[in-house]
Amino acid sequence: MEGRMSIGSIWLGGCSGCHMSFLDLDERLFQLLERADIVFSPLSDRRELPDALDVLLVEGAVALSGQAELLRDFRSRTRTVVAFGDCAVVGNVTAMRNHLDLTSMLRHTYGAEGARMGHDPAHHLPAMLDEVLPLHRVIDIDIFLPGCPPPADLIWYTVHELLEGRHPVIDEKRLRYG
Amino acid sequence: MNEIRTLTIDGQLISADASVTILEAAKEHNIHIPTLCHLEGLSDVGACRLCLVEIEGHNRLQPACVTRVEEGMVVRTTSSRLQKYRRMVLELLFSEGDHICSVCVANNACELQDLAYAAGMDHVRFDYLHSTHALDASHDRFVVDHHRCILCARCVRVCADVEGAHTWDIAGRGHTAHLVSDLAQDWGEARSCTSCGKCLLVCPTGALFAKGFVVSDPQNKQDFLRYIANTKSRKAWKDE
Repeated sequence: MEGRMSIGSIWLGGCSGCHMSFLDLDERLFQLLERADIVFSPLSDRRELPDALDVLLVEGAVALSGQAELLRDFRSRTRTVVAFGDCAVVGNVTAMRNHLDLTSMLRHTYGAEGARMGHDPAHHLPAMLDEVLPLHRVIDIDIFLPGCPPPADLIWYTVHELLEGRHPVIDEKRLRYG
Repeated sequence: MNEIRTLTIDGQLISADASVTILEAAKEHNIHIPTLCHLEGLSDVGACRLCLVEIEGHNRLQPACVTRVEEGMVVRTTSSRLQKYRRMVLELLFSEGDHICSVCVANNACELQDLAYAAGMDHVRFDYLHSTHALDASHDRFVVDHHRCILCARCVRVCADVEGAHTWDIAGRGHTAHLVSDLAQDWGEARSCTSCGKCLLVCPTGALFAKGFVVSDPQNKQDFLRYIANTKSRKAWKDE
């Protein structure tokens, strides 16, 4: 396994669309797996955290309690962290709730005014943070890869450059939000 | 009588009429200066600060769209300092509003987006304000989403200068500044509005749009821009 790159990905506050776009690499996934291992990902079965990662793709914004700590932990294990998609880079749809009051938003979405909300969610689910944050507000980011989702070609360009030991350049030609 | 001024822009020696701005003189010589609030056919207000340039002998950066050419002026339109400030201006615009490209009607046809790409804005370093602006859908046909408004005042100018209605204006100061129709009434209540839709066509973002248009669904603006420019060159609507 000498010289093989270890790649991981995690999924925070996002819709999984970026991971779907990653799967759109199609046959390029085989090229990738010739030279790299996907050691941790929502797409793989492996559940133990790797000690060290070469590249980590992070989809989604920091939206729930525990996610910031998870992110810091992964940052300390990883050489190159990629903010993967618009939610990770700018907050995007996940952050659209930021100007709303959390409690009234939950009531509006899940219960009629005055209706009982069921069990206290704080005891059963991770709490929603008051402010959804893009990743760079929590950890240092090496590469920003915007797009909703980033197109497969852009993901391939980025991963391929990293495989070749180069720093991908996301410039005017490649930058696309939305 | 025309008076001619001679100046240097980016090392290029050029002559221009004393009445023209640095932006106009640069454009005539194919020197590109990024702009956002400027629109050919409308008066200039220097609202967006994207066209800032360096002028030798001035410490402060000057907006090219409202600065007239002067004899012996030495102007620089690109430098690392200008690049830094232009990106900063764009990041501040993004952090001030709620510019969620993926759900915006103007996605892929947005001047703010294009400028951000050109400036290499791969993320926004400032904290977002998450301002609680309203969305006004009281008009029969049109919507204004104040979250996406960058206060360029193109709509204010096209409504006042071209349509002659002056329905739009900007109220408030600093980060409380916002677009208002008539006497800060709902757009649907604004009786001066002729529902001509010119404000939608000049809006550089997705702040003003017609009902029935959703995401990545920009209205074709190009014909109208040409119309404005031609009318302006013929001085058909304004005595100058």
